[in-house]
Amino acid sequence: MSSQNDQSNKFSTTRRKLLMGIAALPAVPLLASSGLFSTPAMAQAPATSAVNTTGLAVTDTEVTVGILHSVTGTMAISETGSVQAEKLAIEQINAMGGVLGRKIKFIQEDGASDWPTFAEKAKKLLVNDKVAAIMGCWTSASRKAVLPVVEQYNGMLYYPTFYEGLEQSKNVIYTGQEATQQILAGLDWVAKTKNGKTFYLIGSDYIWPRTSMKIARKHIEGHLKDSSVVGEEYFPLGHTQFNSVINKIKLKKPDVIYAAVVGGSNVAFYKQLKAAGIDLNKQTLLTISVTEDEIDGIGGENIAGAYSSMKYFQSLDNPNNKEFVAAFKKMWGEKTVIGDVTQAAYLGPWLWKMTVEKAGSFDIDKIAAASAGIEFNKAPEGYVKIHENHHLWSKARIGLALPDGQFKVVYETPDLIEPDPFPKGYQ
Amino acid sequence: MLKSDRTFFLRPQDMIGIAVLAFLLIVVLPLTLDNFRLQFVGKYLTYAFVALGLVLCWGYAGILSLGQGVFFGLGGYCMAMFLKLEASSVEATKIQTTPGIPDFMDWNQITALPYMWQPFNSLTLTLIAVIMVPALFAFIVGFAMFKRRVGGVYFAIITQALAAIMTILIIGQQGYTGGINGITDLRTLNGWDIRTDSAKTILYFVCVGLLIACILIAYFVKSSKLGRILVAMRDKEDRVRFSGYDVANFKVFVFCLAASLSAIGGAMFTLQVGFMSPSFVGIVPSIEMVIYAAVGGRLSILGAIYGTLLVNWAKTSFSESFPELWLFGLGGLFIAVVLIFPNGIAGLWQSYIAPHLGPLFGGAAKRRASPPATPPAAPPSGTAAPAAAE
Repeated sequence: MSSQNDQSNKFSTTRRKLLMGIAALPAVPLLASSGLFSTPAMAQAPATSAVNTTGLAVTDTEVTVGILHSVTGTMAISETGSVQAEKLAIEQINAMGGVLGRKIKFIQEDGASDWPTFAEKAKKLLVNDKVAAIMGCWTSASRKAVLPVVEQYNGMLYYPTFYEGLEQSKNVIYTGQEATQQILAGLDWVAKTKNGKTFYLIGSDYIWPRTSMKIARKHIEGHLKDSSVVGEEYFPLGHTQFNSVINKIKLKKPDVIYAAVVGGSNVAFYKQLKAAGIDLNKQTLLTISVTEDEIDGIGGENIAGAYSSMKYFQSLDNPNNKEFVAAFKKMWGEKTVIGDVTQAAYLGPWLWKMTVEKAGSFDIDKIAAASAGIEFNKAPEGYVKIHENHHLWSKARIGLALPDGQFKVVYETPDLIEPDPFPKGYQ
Repeated sequence: MLKSDRTFFLRPQDMIGIAVLAFLLIVVLPLTLDNFRLQFVGKYLTYAFVALGLVLCWGYAGILSLGQGVFFGLGGYCMAMFLKLEASSVEATKIQTTPGIPDFMDWNQITALPYMWQPFNSLTLTLIAVIMVPALFAFIVGFAMFKRRVGGVYFAIITQALAAIMTILIIGQQGYTGGINGITDLRTLNGWDIRTDSAKTILYFVCVGLLIACILIAYFVKSSKLGRILVAMRDKEDRVRFSGYDVANFKVFVFCLAASLSAIGGAMFTLQVGFMSPSFVGIVPSIEMVIYAAVGGRLSILGAIYGTLLVNWAKTSFSESFPELWLFGLGGLFIAVVLIFPNGIAGLWQSYIAPHLGPLFGGAAKRRASPPATPPAAPPSGTAAPAAAE
């Protein structure tokens, strides 16, 4: 059997009580204000036969969910934050009394940074363990591998990463941004405040950067005034030699470098930019792929001055986020940083819980139907809401990278942006 | 070495061994495992094809290839291309800019089906391609290398480079190959839904049938004159050459055969798992496949099958039990096998169990007839590796 709740055993009881206290505090206004819950969460639980008609792993006292991320392999460094956030959310929900009176028990599986393994483990979670939901996946490739499995066996996947769009499924809730939510507002902002007219697009070579750059190019050429793309280049994943493109950048002198370089390549890219004498305080650089997690590897001093377009930054100044950051650090240590995806992963268990309670059932079909319109007031990023297309309404924010590895939020869209995974005119 | 009384290519103990394996795969496992676990076994068995090819190529002929994943991948990709085209009907892809082409092509702004993909509209051509494309590729590589007498470590390094090149090529040409995501969301084979449990069970039995057929081919090659030349070549290449044989041709043949076997495994993998990705083509999976053969015993055809099953079973169950520590367990297993049982499971069987079982099970009587085979990089004891000898 898997490491069920092994994490929770690591915490002393006093620590857990503290955590429960912290977690329970936000619960009170939440219950009162959202009006979603006709009965208090601690009340008598409804009968299992009524809330689980399809044979999921739900007992009178427990409900089982799966956590499926890479904790080994090259993606482990990125996905660990998501695992931590999901465990924190589950811990907090349990401290509040669980879901429909049932404690959440989780089974963690390792996707091992390998897409076929993701598919195998997803199948195991659904067929063998009959989990009521899966919190998991990170890269587009792993989601593409898991998607046919969750559709075939009718599971529910909460996917946290910002991604390329062009996808929509009854069986997936996308808690990250699809491409247009992340890109358009950032480009408008940089065109307006930095007077950016010429753009140089640089990305890693796979579906997400390519699709994102396609959308960016259409927006720059079609919607921004007198703007143009002066260069567009892609590099294999793991690439570490950016000198030639940096020379081209020096030659073309674009107003804005627009970057979607991912993973370990980031470290080389920003260090080489700095070594080549490109000062990011003078040369505008807007990235859609650097969060606090990446800066941990890049080094704050190497990227200070760059702008990042995300929906969440650890430094966001609102009461929800302050509580979230404090609880996260309490559980996982002072030194941990929280990036955009980690926050999105934290939303997964909460959105699932609220959907289950709205539907009054753990049945996948009922949850899929009840998801649209679910609102979460206590999200660290602020208020979010699930759209009919199973993506989230959320804001876009621009952060300025500081030498200490944090971002200073310099802009946020006034309203929530509607998710549009199949954007017309951008394909 | 040539024995006049040998009229059939299988010795009695080989027949018993194959029968036991067949009984295990066809009767015992389907009866004892639920559908879900049986499908895993089906997936593991696809790697067994590769291990089988490695026994011939590495164990018998002494050609260590660290790039078998390339052939596994080529076979798998050929099958995946056919299935993807079938899943990309105009009807199913009408939300795309260009309906009727695979979704990843549409994302990469390709507006017509590339020529490379055209043959894969036909199942017959696809099945031919599954065998022929990898075999042809192996022929070109093998011919170029072996004719120039490149062998040993240099050949291993070159095959490893091939695996790296192939991965980069597939990832780089994502408009044509699906890139790092691979080719996903495969649904039907000539209208037959391969995702249902019953289809998976049928595919499992097809896979077992093909595997047993390939095992028979391997035994046939092993016991033929060709097989003995391969062993001779491994142990003293120059002598074989001076006896008038063209060593390179034999090497090319066995390398192509191993490639074709791997490709069949790849195609069955795609059918059973429902997708193909570059993560099977690279260096790491290729080396992993060598490990299957090593754990099972690279000198034993049946040992390689059991080795593959054991390693994969260990991988799955370790990782389910200890998601954060399982890699250490697996690493420990490999180190233990290499240090303690250099001839793998088959070596254990031959040295400790078979001697007590009598001649029908490859026991003591047979061993006396064995000439001392000294495979490269193995301890020079014929007793530990009797499967290699006649």
